[in-house]
This record gives sequence, C-alpha cells and structure tokens, in this order.
Amino acid sequence: MSSGEKYVAAAYGVVFVMLLVYVVIIAAKLTRLERETAELAELARKRSSGG
Amino acid sequence: MNYLGDVAALARKDLRLELRARDTLPAMLLFVLSTLVVFHFALPSGADELAAQGLLWVALVFTALLGLTRAWSPEREDGALDGLVLAPSDRSAIWLGKSAAVFVFLVAIELVALPAFALFFSPLDAGAVLGVLLADVGICAVGTLLAAMAAASRTRELILPLLFLPLAIPLIVGGVGASVSTDPGRYLAFLGLYDAVFAILCWASFEYVVSE
Amino acid sequence: MVAAVAAALVGLAIVLAFFVAPEDADQGISQRIFYFHVPIALTAYACFGWGAWKALLLLWKREERYDLESYVAIHQGTIFGALTLATGSIWAKASWGKWWVWDSNQLVLFLVLFLFYSAYFMLRFSIDEGPRRANVSAVYALFGVALIPVSFFAIRLAEDFIHPTTFTREGPQMTGTMFFTFCVAWLAITVLAYALYRVELLGKRLDANLRELREALT
Repeated sequence: MSSGEKYVAAAYGVVFVMLLVYVVIIAAKLTRLERETAELAELARKRSSGG
Repeated sequence: MNYLGDVAALARKDLRLELRARDTLPAMLLFVLSTLVVFHFALPSGADELAAQGLLWVALVFTALLGLTRAWSPEREDGALDGLVLAPSDRSAIWLGKSAAVFVFLVAIELVALPAFALFFSPLDAGAVLGVLLADVGICAVGTLLAAMAAASRTRELILPLLFLPLAIPLIVGGVGASVSTDPGRYLAFLGLYDAVFAILCWASFEYVVSE
Repeated sequence: MVAAVAAALVGLAIVLAFFVAPEDADQGISQRIFYFHVPIALTAYACFGWGAWKALLLLWKREERYDLESYVAIHQGTIFGALTLATGSIWAKASWGKWWVWDSNQLVLFLVLFLFYSAYFMLRFSIDEGPRRANVSAVYALFGVALIPVSFFAIRLAEDFIHPTTFTREGPQMTGTMFFTFCVAWLAITVLAYALYRVELLGKRLDANLRELREALT
C-alpha cells in the first residue's frame, strides 16, 4: 500500500472504529437497562402479590 | 429606581467594598508585575520584540481571570446574590453593575501594568492601548457572566479558566493584532464586534444564569 | 427506520467515494479523505446549532425535555468535532507531512470549539441536576454558536501575523461526479448523526423513566 492509501484507510478506519465503539456502548447500556427493568418487574410482582 | 441608577448603585457598592477590603486589586497588581518579570526570563535572548507584545496579552488575560474568580465572592459569602436576584430591579442590571466594577479594576491595574511593560520591554502605541481598552470590555462582559456560572458549580474557581479561555481567544487575536500590526483598524473593529455581540448576549442571558 | 436509511446512505457513500469518484490530479488518493472529513465537520456545526436551538427553546418555553435534547445534540457535536480533528489531522499528515498544521483555519476553529464544548461537559457535570443546571447549560450552548463565527473571523485575522499561509487549500476543485459523491456523503453523515442522536436520546429517556419507576416502587 502506498503511503497515501494508508492515510485514507486510517481516516476511514478512525470513523469506523468510533462507530463500533458507539455500538459497544449502546450494547452495554441495553444490557444494563434489561437488568434494571427485570429488577423493577420483580419489585412490582412482589408489591402486587405481597401488598 | 431606574435601570441605570441600579447599575450605578451596584457598581459603586463593589468599588466601595474593594476600597475598604483592598484584597483583590493589590493581588492582581502584584500578579501582573510578577508575570511580566517571568516573561523576561521566559523569552530566549534572540526573541522578537513582537513576541513580548503577544505575551502582554497573556498576562492581561490571566490577571483578569485572577480578579474574575473573586468577582462574585462578596455576594456568595453573604448569600446576597439571592437577595439581589429577588430585588425588583432587572437582573441584567446586576450583571452590568458587576461588569462595570470589574472593568474599573482592570483599567486601574493596567494603568500600572502598561507603563511597566513599556519599561521592561518595548513602548506601546495608541493601537495597542485602544486594543487593551476594547478587549477589557469583552473580558469584563463575558468574564462576569461566566464567573456567575462558575459560582453555581461545585468546582467554582477551578472551572472559570476552562470556560473563559476559549472565549478569550478572539480577544487575544484582536488585541495582539492591534498591537503588532501596521493597520490596527481592522483588529480594533473586530474587537468592537466581539464586544457588541457578546455584551448583548450576556445582557440578555444573565437572568437565566442566576435563576432557577 | 432512520438508522436503516443512514446505513444505506453510508454504504452508498463509501462505494461512491472509493469506486466511482475519479482520483484527484493534485493530491492523489488522500483526497478521498475529504469526502468524509468535510461532511463530518459540517455535521458537527449542525449538531452545535441544533443544540443551541434546543437551548433557546428551553429558555423560551421552559419545557424540561429541551434540556436533554440540547445536551444530546451537543454531545453528538463534540464527538463529530473530535472526529473532524482526527480525520483532519490524518489529512494534514497525508497532504503536508505533519500531524498538525496551524494553516488550516477549519482545523484551528475546531480545536477552539472542541475546547469550548469540552468545558460545557465539565460545567454541566459540576452542577447538581435541576433547573439551574439546565439554564446554565442552555446559556453556555448559546454562547457556543455565537463563538463559531467570531472565532472564524478571529482565526482569519490571525493569519496575518501568526503564519504566512503557505498552503491555501479551499478544497479541491470538484468535477460533477466528485461533487455528487460529496453530497451523498454529506447526506449520509447527517442522517447518521441524526440516527445516533435519536438512539442516545432514547437511551437517556429510558434511564430517566426507569429511575422514576424505581423511586415509585421502593
């Protein structure tokens, strides 16, 4: 690869990696949200059966 | 009480407080003189005369920051800002009064700092002095409002330089340009533009910074 | 839905940028960075403008939701701004051999704006949640858009005494195909930014709702 091509690849690569990082962050967030809603659903179930 | 009357009263209060306490002004004065001496040692021997002119602006901006961090402390210490905000006058008057007081402090410091600079480094021409005055307006207008924002934060003084420096960059460009360029008119006009735009913005938005 | 459109457009833009658009005579292949670098920069400006608009709406209409919308827009803008600096730096290295040059007004402007908007986050996270934080953030966001043109002029003026501009590149002269590629890329990045904005806003709103729910249940 010529040096010009390397730089172009690097530039597009940076953008691509940023997008992937974003996807990872969203995936982590979704996992956390899923856990929290499960907890809250459990709390609501206890409330309606116990209270 | 009319608007300008309120502004004048608030500014006078700040000036009187400083005259009695005499803590901020001497500190700013000593700071700017020390900085100028530091610059002498910081400039390598071959350095341009123009480099020193640029450093003058660094000194002025950082000295202004020093003063601005304490701009709202009288109000904060007594809880007086809440009282002022509740008062029937227009809240922008609080900003204008405070900015005017800070402006007077800054000019007072510069009355010593500029001759000191001329003594240590090189003389300043009319373009430079006008540039300093115009930039002072911008520094006081924007700095006072940002200081009020900083007062609302937990980190207080720490955050003011971070907020202020990016906004100060155009002022430094205008000021240095007015000092070193052969045609200072353009830079002075630019400083005037900055002052107009940001003064209006500060005046309009100050009440949101201090209210809930 | 928006995300799907964004994905399609970005794919199209990449194909156009690499396979369809002709190679630039002066700069060679490194010119192709331009197809994404400039749209990313323009989108960053748009995000900051959008954030300021939401900030204005907050101060004017006093509806809480505008605070979050403004914050997310500025967050996007800062990310795209960082990307602008990164791609711009790579372009500088490819074109002029150095990772940073003060000659490019656009890059210098972005550096100043990046500093400004980074301070936005420091400010926001140092104030406790509530209407005060929303107001202060909104005013700061408005200062940001005022700073953009003022800084731009300042940097232009600074050219005269800071650096003789040895490299003046406004942007390559574009043929029809190149221009079309550029427009598609611009549209793609804009839609992408909007999709990311919606996703982030959704996530933050979910967080807020869950918190309320938790408080109601415990």
